[in-house]
Amino acid sequence: MGQIKLSQVTKSFGDVNVIPPLDLTIEDGEFTVFVGPSGCGKSTLLRLIAGLEDVTSGSIEIDGKEAADVPPAKRGLAMVFQSYALYPHMSVRKNIAFPLKMAGLDQAEIDKRVNDAARVLNLADYIDRRPGQLSGGQRQRVAIGRAIVREPAAFLFDEPLSNLDAALRVGMRLEISELHKRLATTMIYVTHDQVEAMTMADKIVVLHAGVVEQVGSPLELYRRPRNKFVAGFIGSPKMNFVEGAEAAKHNAQTIGVRPEHIAVSTETGDWKGKVGVSEHLGSDTFFHITVDGFGEPLTVRAGGEVELEYGQDVYLTPDTAHIHKFDAQGLRIE
Amino acid sequence: MARAVTPKRKAINTAVAWGIGLLIFFPIMWILVLSFKTEADAIKTPWEVLSAPWTTENYGIVQERSDYGKHFFNSVIIAVGSTVLGLLIAIPAAWSMAFVPSKRTKDILLWMLSTKMLPAVGVLYPMYLMFIQLGLLDTRVGLVLVLMLINLPIIVWMLYTYFREIPGEILEAARMDGASLKSEILYVLTPMAIPGIASTMLLNVILAWNEAFWTLNLTAAKAAPLTAFIASYSSPEGLFYAKLSAASTMAIAPILIMGWFSQKQLVRGLTFGAVK
Repeated sequence: MGQIKLSQVTKSFGDVNVIPPLDLTIEDGEFTVFVGPSGCGKSTLLRLIAGLEDVTSGSIEIDGKEAADVPPAKRGLAMVFQSYALYPHMSVRKNIAFPLKMAGLDQAEIDKRVNDAARVLNLADYIDRRPGQLSGGQRQRVAIGRAIVREPAAFLFDEPLSNLDAALRVGMRLEISELHKRLATTMIYVTHDQVEAMTMADKIVVLHAGVVEQVGSPLELYRRPRNKFVAGFIGSPKMNFVEGAEAAKHNAQTIGVRPEHIAVSTETGDWKGKVGVSEHLGSDTFFHITVDGFGEPLTVRAGGEVELEYGQDVYLTPDTAHIHKFDAQGLRIE
Repeated sequence: MARAVTPKRKAINTAVAWGIGLLIFFPIMWILVLSFKTEADAIKTPWEVLSAPWTTENYGIVQERSDYGKHFFNSVIIAVGSTVLGLLIAIPAAWSMAFVPSKRTKDILLWMLSTKMLPAVGVLYPMYLMFIQLGLLDTRVGLVLVLMLINLPIIVWMLYTYFREIPGEILEAARMDGASLKSEILYVLTPMAIPGIASTMLLNVILAWNEAFWTLNLTAAKAAPLTAFIASYSSPEGLFYAKLSAASTMAIAPILIMGWFSQKQLVRGLTFGAVK
């Protein structure tokens, strides 16, 4: 069990109001990702749920029980930190056993659970080493091991992969997703990387300046962003925004088109532009194209086989079925 | 860019370093030399002192006249006692200042240090009277207490600096793992801070061992430590250089040996935090 419900939660540091009243429900077994730019309050929100910060007002319910005044140790949650936060003076075995020792379990039970966790996480070969003798990926696994042995109501991850190199990050991302499928325990995962959010989440919570901009499944957010901020934040490369006369044709202040929804042609199209920088990824090519009369260059996704010269004249045609329209406040127009 | 070091420059640097080192070490070496000379030879010119015959008679006389063992024991009790008591108070204090600071933490730290700025003699009279009233005069308990209080600001400051270097996330992890405050300090913070606690302890033992103002003024016979043992050779019968030197050598030898073996810890402690 692990349903977490926040009602009218606020947090201020002195006079600075970091989180205005916020309501959010995380269902049991759900993989929820908090995503947003630096300083949006996502880590603070996670720390409020963990109990490492006190709420200024509002209530946090874990499995229907009020938890806002319960100390972190008693909330039944486990946390994995960005810096791994392993105990440097303890072996891997002792690190993983620590929460069980604190819970007062008998030694036989502790040994069993630690060995199980070590086997699941491929740590058996390193079990007697100290954290200092492990690589980044191994340390992260120890941190996860320390979290899973407690069999918590929910796991909290605070940007756990941001200290790893790109290749390892992809591997660990899969491992964490795999772990979630197997344990089916509630997980809350904080990241600023929207790719992690898109690939791992059942539910994404997009935060901006402490405010929940939108909550939904990855594809809901991708296909129907509620406002300009979400539209620009979710998706890589980001959505193209066009204002002015072109937007007015669609009765909007701003229109947004994703790079894959613009067709590029050397002969004919709606918008005429010049090719700037090209990024070849092999499977895809991203062209940055300056269109006359538009402020920002547009990013266009084309197949890996398409080749265009720098400075070449091209024509672009947006897919009208996939044009997102926003009003003056940046809200979506249906 | 690194500065080029020529062989000549290196030689000069080495010579200067040795010169300064010997200059600092000279008093201790001279005490050692004098302690092995007769009283008559000890007051001659340095060259005559060096060429005079060696003898161990001073050590015999000093041991016979004043009980080294008793003073040594008192010194150990006072130095170790005040250090342990100080650490028991300073660890939780430094913990709270480093990990749950308030708006006034910096002020409190400065205020604590300000007590070290007052000359000790300024409070001698009230302290002396309090010691009489409390029956602490010439007791080891009294000295343990007073030396603990004198060195407490330094212990708290040193530990505070150490604790600040420990990442807060590790303590938060312990909290999430279900550790109570006691377990957190006992199983996580203290083991991680052992190098810092060890060097703080060493420095404090040395300071307490060598402390001469309070140990001389608040003791007579029973609780007198090695500082009083040395001082007894500089007064009433005039100066006896050779015996004074023998007494001093015996008094500083234990701490010198301890310092020698723990110099790695000590240097790390004294320069801690100087370079990130």
